[in-house]
Amino acid sequence: MNSTIRKVAAGLAVLLAAMFVNLNFVQVVKGSAYRDNPANRRVLLNEYSHPRGNIVVQGTAIATSVPTKDELKYLRIYPQGPVYAAVTGFYSFIYGSPYGIESAENSVLSGSDPRLFGSHLADLLTGRNPRGGSVQLSLNKAAQQAAYAAMKGANGKMRPGAVVALDPTTGAILAMVSTPSYDPSVLSSHDSSTINAAYQALNNNPAQPMLNRALDQLYPPGSTFKIVVAAAALSSGYQPAQVIPAPNNFWPLQPKRVGACPAGLSAPCVENFNGETCANGVNAQLIFAFAKSCNTAFAELGVKLGGAQLAAQAKLFGMDGARLQTPLGVAVSTIGTGSDLTDPAALAQTSFGQRDVRVTPLQDAMFAAAVANEGSLMKPYLVAEELGPDLSPLSKTTPQQLSQTMQPGVAQQLQSMMEAVVTAPEGTGGLAQITDIPGVVVGGKTGTADTGVTSGSGSAPDALFTGFALQGGNPKIAVAVVLENGGVNGNESAGGLAAAPVAKAVMEAYLKSNPGHG
Amino acid sequence: MSLVPAQLRIPTRRNVELLLLVFAVVIVVAAEASVEATRDGHLSSRLATYAAVPIAVGLVAHVVIRRVARYADPLLLPIVVLLNGLGLVMIHRLDQGLQTQAAENGGTFSGVAAPSQVLWTAIGVALFVAMIVLIRDHRVLQRYAYTLALIGVFLLMLPAVLPARFSEVNGARIWIRFGGLSMQPGEFAKILLTIFGAAYLVAKRDVLSLAGRRFMGIDFPRGRDFGPLLAAWLICIGVLVRGHDLGTSLMFFGLFVVLLYVATQRASWVIVGTVLFAGGAYVAYQLFSNVQVRVGVWLHTFAPNHVNDGYQLQQSLFGLGTGGIFGTGLGAGHPELVPLPATDYIFASFGEELGLFGASALLMLYALFVARGLAAGLAVRDAFGKLLATGLSFLVGLQVFVVVAGVTRLLPETGLTTPFLSYGGSSLVANYALLALLLRISDAARRPATTPPREQREQEAVPA
Repeated sequence: MNSTIRKVAAGLAVLLAAMFVNLNFVQVVKGSAYRDNPANRRVLLNEYSHPRGNIVVQGTAIATSVPTKDELKYLRIYPQGPVYAAVTGFYSFIYGSPYGIESAENSVLSGSDPRLFGSHLADLLTGRNPRGGSVQLSLNKAAQQAAYAAMKGANGKMRPGAVVALDPTTGAILAMVSTPSYDPSVLSSHDSSTINAAYQALNNNPAQPMLNRALDQLYPPGSTFKIVVAAAALSSGYQPAQVIPAPNNFWPLQPKRVGACPAGLSAPCVENFNGETCANGVNAQLIFAFAKSCNTAFAELGVKLGGAQLAAQAKLFGMDGARLQTPLGVAVSTIGTGSDLTDPAALAQTSFGQRDVRVTPLQDAMFAAAVANEGSLMKPYLVAEELGPDLSPLSKTTPQQLSQTMQPGVAQQLQSMMEAVVTAPEGTGGLAQITDIPGVVVGGKTGTADTGVTSGSGSAPDALFTGFALQGGNPKIAVAVVLENGGVNGNESAGGLAAAPVAKAVMEAYLKSNPGHG
Repeated sequence: MSLVPAQLRIPTRRNVELLLLVFAVVIVVAAEASVEATRDGHLSSRLATYAAVPIAVGLVAHVVIRRVARYADPLLLPIVVLLNGLGLVMIHRLDQGLQTQAAENGGTFSGVAAPSQVLWTAIGVALFVAMIVLIRDHRVLQRYAYTLALIGVFLLMLPAVLPARFSEVNGARIWIRFGGLSMQPGEFAKILLTIFGAAYLVAKRDVLSLAGRRFMGIDFPRGRDFGPLLAAWLICIGVLVRGHDLGTSLMFFGLFVVLLYVATQRASWVIVGTVLFAGGAYVAYQLFSNVQVRVGVWLHTFAPNHVNDGYQLQQSLFGLGTGGIFGTGLGAGHPELVPLPATDYIFASFGEELGLFGASALLMLYALFVARGLAAGLAVRDAFGKLLATGLSFLVGLQVFVVVAGVTRLLPETGLTTPFLSYGGSSLVANYALLALLLRISDAARRPATTPPREQREQEAVPA
């Protein structure tokens, strides 16, 4: 019988081999597919089994995890939800973390970042649950809250738009608000029906509350783009006091022609808002045309400078370049392409920020920041520091120059022109003036951008303002404000009327919170 | 040649067993410590409890073996103590996981299993001691073959004839439930019928090995000799029909075919048996919806129409996949997400938390156990002992294969327990009885005979 017993043993060995091979197939070959299968709740339970790291602004957590008694052991909450929603994004067990810092810094917050591996090993040995690291933002509480509060309309509803504030000397983003906002805490709840209902409502809302307008929405900059044209002009030798043509009507294809533009602007012809006269109807000082935001003067100036020079200046400000990562990705602003830069009719419109010029609110803030910082444009950043679970630093952001947009002397001249917008009698941005803090000088530029294809039609134009505040001669803050449909058709000072006070509120709040003089 | 020096020269290997038992206890305690460190962050007094069980089992069994079966195989007991101890740690860990899960869903978990598994272990060891003390020579069992067979068939048929409320759990009618107690008589029947099969075949093997027709180069048995095989087949089909229990019928049929093969040394029995089983399985597939569902789940585990009935296998595969090569670590996974994690799917629980390494180690433990059992069969002198040891070892091997193949989607899932590891009283107690018989046969195999006949002395040369 022994020979048959041996054959039985051989048969059982075959079964053992089959089990072993199959186990390898299930656990190794198919292992990651099973692990990542959406129906496999283990990964989710693990992710929620340890606290996700905090997102911190000046020592206060704007996103934190609190222990619960349910299956998902930690609940993500956003104590000041809507104020920071554009920054934080949300963290949902159904929709993941598609937006904001929750997405961009997920590996640090969740603890999966390889740099945290050392502390994981320690966790393993001490039997503690691994924890996520925290992310320290560059934001300023006072600026952020003032920005959000200032976006609230007279009727108590949030006006759609965005505010971005930068530290001109470092590029640190001091405020970033997109309105209307939403409460990310609802989406990070542990109740799937609540999450689904809230998400669907947000997704179907025509006002797009989950859109981060500050970085992802491109707007026509309107007259705020005259900063770029002025920078190009000053860099090529123009002086602020220089007298330039400022007719009531400018025919880009027939520069010598005078006479009123046709009704409805059916032919290429530029006029000032509401057909206003700039100075004397013939010419004006550059600084005057800038302060009063005369379109005809800048159209003619832009055409004279040429598309190539404008495009080069725009590129120095970061337009038409690589996609910025703050680490949140930033839509690429553009001056336009092809005939936008060669056709005088198109170039004339480009010169006052219409046609195909599109900027993000962040880009608009970068214009003012560069001017305030002697022409040196710093790379904007939102994350100041990444910290391990034990608060040991993982990385610290060092300010980086993006480009020298103009000579420091030119920047000085442009600064004074922007200050004139706020202080000169003809200036459109007077509402941005700060008088109650000693030693503060404010400069800026208003904009009223038609969102329709042709001027004078469609819905109300967007109101824009971008400006800076110096204190003791040092640049402190640059702010850009976009109020969608916040302007009034045919009224340039409407941009200043609507958007400048928002910028002022942010600058004032920041300067008061930040006692650094000098 | 003098017999006395020869006797002295054969080592009992009891100290090897003791050393291996110490290893087993250390591994079990380390496993429990790992669970506690991971889940609670510190060690607790429960560690002593889970150390005490394998120590007590090992010590009691070891002392008894030293007294009454001193030449027994030294590996079998430590393997069982290790499997039983690890099973207990996992059952306790699953209790905790299920309690947490219930609390998180706002309920309470009432099916705490670990304490009763401790109790069943004690009962199993008691039965083990009784058997190894009372049965001093396995050959006496031959005398009671037909009595044991009757009891076995009775136990096997009982759940099938009892009303469903006494016998059905989770759709399989293989239980006897009375009051708060439940047992699976099939677990005991399998041992009783192995004893009967071995005794019957030893008596009849000469007749059965007579050649009948020769077909395609293989000698097939005579038609009239198909009787016992057909009887076994009918019993298995009966179990399948009434009990809806694929696993048990596969076990019995496989067992009987292997015993026939070993006894008659004719491969034709294996062919005939395989054909009969395939036919029976095909008929069962055609007739029974639950068999169709299990095959459907096996073939299309993730198909939308198997969202519900394939859930258990899906979760098992997710657990195994999440565990990967090294596992999540004991206490750090979520084996409680698999329904029935402590009984049918305990192997998947180990696969998730100990990974491919741990699962392979468990397979190797079973392989070693089966190999030692078969080695006892090879070495023992009498034909009955050979057949019984082979049958019992094969039972363990086949059962592990059927379970592991089921939870890893190699074969349709059948619902058997994993020997010594799973939660379940009948299974644990019956397998301790199986261990007693194997140890007894291995003792007989290595025990020096006082008057060995020539033929048996030659067989003794085979290493035990």
